[in-house]
Amino acid sequence: MTLPETPSQTIGPFFAVGLPWPDGPDVVPEGTPGAVRIAGRVLDGAGEPVPDALVETWQADPTGRFAHPDDPRGPSDSGFRGFGRCPTDAEGRWAIRTRKPGPVPAPDGATEAPHLDVSVFARGLLGRLVTRIYFPDEPQANAADPLLGSIPDPQARARLIATPDGDALRFDIHLQGDQETPFLAI
Amino acid sequence: MSDTLKGRRSGSPPVLPGYRREEPGTHPPLDYPDYRSTARRFPRRPLVPLPHRLTEVTGPLLGEGRVGEGDHDLTAQHPGEPLGERIVVTGRVLDGDGRPVAGTLVEVWQANAAGRYRHDRDRHPAPLDPNFSGAGRCVTDAQGRWRFVTVKPGAYPWGNHDNAWRPAHIHFSVFGRAFAQRLITQMYFPGDPLFAFDPILSSVPEQARARLVSRLDLDTTVPQWALGYRWDIVLRGREATPLEDEEDDR
Repeated sequence: MTLPETPSQTIGPFFAVGLPWPDGPDVVPEGTPGAVRIAGRVLDGAGEPVPDALVETWQADPTGRFAHPDDPRGPSDSGFRGFGRCPTDAEGRWAIRTRKPGPVPAPDGATEAPHLDVSVFARGLLGRLVTRIYFPDEPQANAADPLLGSIPDPQARARLIATPDGDALRFDIHLQGDQETPFLAI
Repeated sequence: MSDTLKGRRSGSPPVLPGYRREEPGTHPPLDYPDYRSTARRFPRRPLVPLPHRLTEVTGPLLGEGRVGEGDHDLTAQHPGEPLGERIVVTGRVLDGDGRPVAGTLVEVWQANAAGRYRHDRDRHPAPLDPNFSGAGRCVTDAQGRWRFVTVKPGAYPWGNHDNAWRPAHIHFSVFGRAFAQRLITQMYFPGDPLFAFDPILSSVPEQARARLVSRLDLDTTVPQWALGYRWDIVLRGREATPLEDEEDDR
């Protein structure tokens, strides 16, 4: 039996009524050793902040395993939630606190560089946008990463790699324009 | 060499098949000028194909710990009952092969019966209801079923174009069991005369629009108490296994 998929609709401007969680941005609790803050802004095609976006992240734990039964190595038992959710503020800013994931084995024998999968929802987006965040301290792993390797334009590729910003990492999401973030068809 | 070994090269773990790609004619385009807010927000560059590897075939399994006892009942979150038409809304979360998606978090939010959201930026001059917040949560059971008790949301005006009104709708957020299945959408009520004038519903390809409209269901209706509506949410199903693909290649 094949059932037709339910279509997507915009998250709209009022999702703060129901979706933000007090601990949404805390992939790991405050005070977790080795925690890293990843922060940035969501900007539109005119460079204006998007104050009504929701950013969600999903990732492996520091050993590269997922808290999920479909991880063929068995689910991670580290208690790592792996999921982050943060609405943007009036200046378009979002942030999460997490641990850097480990590299992830790919089915063809390759290895994916440490990364987070990212969903972006907003008023004016009729569907979810998907992108990835890679880490700036992994030049060799990034050079061998199959998804990064599938993007021929080096400038576009570089936009998927977070930049150091003091103790934190910065990752801005440009929905449109010269700096447009590469978005992924999932 | 057997197909099994071919599919599981030494050193690399076996991986479940990915999820099906978007069926053309299912989802709205990101560039849709009739919905004005899309203009500066839709990406202009082509999307980069993302093969479904481990990060995409797994996903957050957020269930019980996220949902309190009465979170499915939006009429019972305050000392008094909200005004408006009490309704029951129920259905199942299924994948594209008809399998129930059990234990997945379903989150909803909506306007009150007067068409007003409890949100700072909602400027509609309709009353807030002190007995209605408009947010609910539940986790699907083993058959993929979910159920909410609420009031029917009102239609409301918005600034998209002259005399623009949204048909009554409830926003839904569903995770499924994989990042590839994540869906945020809206459920509508049958026979709403505003459908034809709504660019957000109309952004969905015509043959798929009816999938967003619930149906009145007398089995869900509670006599002498509340009308019932049914609506199933279908997330994408899994692809054929890689082993089958390899056989096809011969």
